[in-house]
Amino acid sequence: MPELLQFLFSGLTVGAVYALVALGFTIIYNASDVVNFAQGEFVMLGGMITVFAHAAGLPLLLAAGIAIAATAVIGVALNKLAIEPARGAPVVSLIIITIGASIFLRGVASLVFDKQIHRFPAFSGDAPFRIGGATILPQSLWVIAGGVAVFIALWLFFTRTLTGKAVLATSNNRLAAQLVGINTNWVMTLSFALSAAIGALAGVLATPITNTSYDVGIALALKGFAAAMLGGMGNPKGALVGGILLGILEALTAGYLSSQYKDAAAFIVILLVLFIMPQGLFGARQTERV
Amino acid sequence: MTIRTLMSTAAALTALAGPALADINIGASISETGPAAFLGDPEAKTLRMEVEKINAEGGIIGEPINLIMYDDGGDPNKARTFATRLVEDDEVVAVIGGTTTGTTMAMVPVYEDAEIPFISLAGAVEIIEPVKEFVFKTPHTDRMACEKIFEDMAARGFSRIGMISGSDGFGKSMQAQCKDVAEASGVEIVADEVYGPQDADMTPQLTNIKGSGAEAILNSGMGQGPAVVTRNHTQLAIDAPLYQSHGVASKQFIELAGSEAAEGVRLPAAALLVADQLAEDDPQKPVVVGYRDGYESETGEDVSTFGGHAYDALYILKAAIESAGSTEPAAIRDAIEATSGFVGTAGEVNFSGDDHLGLTLDAFEMLEIKDGNWTIVE
Amino acid sequence: MRLSPRATTLLVLAVLIALSPLMFPSNFYYRVGSLIFMNGLAVTGMVILIGYAGQISLGHAGFSGIGAYSCAIMPVQWGIHPLLAPLLGAAISALLAWLVGRPILRLKGYYLAVATLGFGILVYMVLMNEAALTGGPDGITVADSGLPDLAEAAGLDLSNSQFWYWMSGLVLLAGAWLALNLYDSPTGRALRALHGSEVAARTVGVDVARYKLQAFVISAVYASVAGSLLALQNKFITPDVAGYMHSIELVTMTVLGGAHSVLGAVFGAAILTMLPQVLTVFAEYEHLLLGLIMMLVMIFLRDGLLPSLMRLIRGKSE
Repeated sequence: MPELLQFLFSGLTVGAVYALVALGFTIIYNASDVVNFAQGEFVMLGGMITVFAHAAGLPLLLAAGIAIAATAVIGVALNKLAIEPARGAPVVSLIIITIGASIFLRGVASLVFDKQIHRFPAFSGDAPFRIGGATILPQSLWVIAGGVAVFIALWLFFTRTLTGKAVLATSNNRLAAQLVGINTNWVMTLSFALSAAIGALAGVLATPITNTSYDVGIALALKGFAAAMLGGMGNPKGALVGGILLGILEALTAGYLSSQYKDAAAFIVILLVLFIMPQGLFGARQTERV
Repeated sequence: MTIRTLMSTAAALTALAGPALADINIGASISETGPAAFLGDPEAKTLRMEVEKINAEGGIIGEPINLIMYDDGGDPNKARTFATRLVEDDEVVAVIGGTTTGTTMAMVPVYEDAEIPFISLAGAVEIIEPVKEFVFKTPHTDRMACEKIFEDMAARGFSRIGMISGSDGFGKSMQAQCKDVAEASGVEIVADEVYGPQDADMTPQLTNIKGSGAEAILNSGMGQGPAVVTRNHTQLAIDAPLYQSHGVASKQFIELAGSEAAEGVRLPAAALLVADQLAEDDPQKPVVVGYRDGYESETGEDVSTFGGHAYDALYILKAAIESAGSTEPAAIRDAIEATSGFVGTAGEVNFSGDDHLGLTLDAFEMLEIKDGNWTIVE
Repeated sequence: MRLSPRATTLLVLAVLIALSPLMFPSNFYYRVGSLIFMNGLAVTGMVILIGYAGQISLGHAGFSGIGAYSCAIMPVQWGIHPLLAPLLGAAISALLAWLVGRPILRLKGYYLAVATLGFGILVYMVLMNEAALTGGPDGITVADSGLPDLAEAAGLDLSNSQFWYWMSGLVLLAGAWLALNLYDSPTGRALRALHGSEVAARTVGVDVARYKLQAFVISAVYASVAGSLLALQNKFITPDVAGYMHSIELVTMTVLGGAHSVLGAVFGAAILTMLPQVLTVFAEYEHLLLGLIMMLVMIFLRDGLLPSLMRLIRGKSE
């Protein structure tokens, strides 16, 4: 069984990255019903800013902090400049706006940074832990812990805090939320800041494993989006489970079936799940208002 | 109306940046952005830098070079359009480029039809086999890399080989070539795995290779994949030694993989990577040291063999125009084909009517990584 | 005399196709023109799906891939006549769209987006992985269709780019004519009804699922034929034609120009096809500018470029 265990460890590592991206999708979706296709660029920015700040001589922790803060500011700017002015636009327009934003951010990153691949050292070294004949890197545990911590924090935020409930209320009915005194603009700002910060955190935690470059965002956004939809959009539990499930699925397919078609297997499962459960695994059933 | 306005704007802008009539128009379509950007980026920087240098020294046969370079973003369809533009609109006399095999092959029909010499910077054998009259290339083929690696494996007594390949063009093409030459090289491929170019973890594939009883592992891939494979190879404590391909082309790989994980990894590479370690009387030494120093001081980045391919292409072209004494495409083509004894970053190039690659296996050095640096395996 | 919108659209397209070459200084412009028409054709299909029926697809490049690879594979592997290959490709695309469309189109909004995205990626992966048949990521050579030679035999002395300019221009005209006829047909009315409100359409007896499926299948055929034309012109094709980025490009062209009209969408195709050629001087900033344009148009000109421009012109003349 050490093979199976190794496949699961691999799936958990990769899945935790997907889950962190998917969690970022969740917050913005909850506040605004927008799926932000630029979420992957937040991950890229988190990694790249850390790399360059660290290379400029800052300690890793400080560099990471700066990266997360800077990305959060970029997230807020994205909301103010591109999402708020387009309020009420149809889904297809919003998809194009956020894809436009991701192409824009990628273009800026290629100019400000460079087009090379980068990495910074793992937080706790590269010596793997051996468990039952399989191995896992300390950095994988960091990523998994990061994913779980963000999930718990979000869950508490949405269920236990007034602000979190305000976010959900805004998503359900913006006008009603405003009527009961919720500052919906502030809710949106907060959501984008949080979402971008979580993306950047994913970039900081994952870069020692995945490496980073100006164009890593597209693939991550695709996988994160797929994971979020698999779990059911808008539900932190769905994002976490969807992400990890997707990672494990890929690893098991690569291990037991065919490494050529591991990405295909993931999408086939997503299609099948959506055919049976059109709202994803944990998504709320929605009825169309007439 | 709009079409016309936009098009004439484009034409006007091009004309602004354009040449005086006597300049030698050399075209290039390079993947400066897109998935192949880390190959295309050093290629484009090299071309700009070297053209500037040649022009500062008085150009070729007294005429300055006018380099017209487009970024095809790695998209073959776009490359094809730029090829048409270079031929029809910019009236170039020769073209360098095609960073990837896909973009190269998309452009080949255009240059063959227009009878414009074309020197590709991409790897696959199919570019020059069968020989196409106007198409040449500077990098070693993936088939040669396979042969070089298998030769070394056989010499060390390994006959059961595990392969792990990137699913991009480079990885897939080399995977196919290696499987093709394996038997003749006396090795048997017992495991054959694939990963996506941006995958973060290859332990499942490597676990399967480990289980297959492979005595050595070959990773055909470029970009960040080889770094991840190398780290995972160490993580799983696999005894079978790891070989990388010539897709690992700069010092950056050792940084990404970490020098501990990279310790003992072997790969075939051009002399450019070990410029300092070449013997003083090696004819390649002044060329590679000169290019490396120039590139590294100009860009502040590690030199890579990809940039070297562009360097070789440009100087082969320069030599050909000089020996032809003409800027007629047909004359340049004939002169390129007559190239012999040209010493570039990839090795000594001898083109002929039935060889538009002109490199032999000797052009590859087998390197081993020791203490975070390359060493030549004797 | 007042022309119907349908006649106006066709007339404008025909005049543009026929007269633009008068201003072309070189063959390169024919090449760009032919690409605009091919993209325009695929985008006309997207108008039926997005503009008429209100559905979204992030996977239509998959059908372009099927059309393109049909032309590459069928004549060489199975000895099928090169001119029959695009038709067979379109038939396969239609069949696949019909099979996949039934379950997929029950999904809405972002769920539909991710499902179509998944479909496109699956087609792309097959083209990448089945190298024995498709040539893999490095692409495959497409056998000559013999069409340009036929034209030459008929006394038309055209370069490759010129031939495909006229060819794709004609196909685009035919495609636009069909799409415009569809708009005014009962099917078109049903589609527009369900675009407004599916529930309302269902209440008044429209078979929503059937009409959505029809729009999906028709748009798949358009994408497939566009892919075939591209393969025949380029004589070489790679899986990029079926890639995710190409799918996004198709949707962007449609919505950027104006998803509700054929002319608008073709205008969008023209803009996005020419953009990289115009921006070569600022190549480094190309992506940055493309992203900026996508955002600005969608924020400030929500109906798309062409309708907004038209409104501007009309507003001034009134």
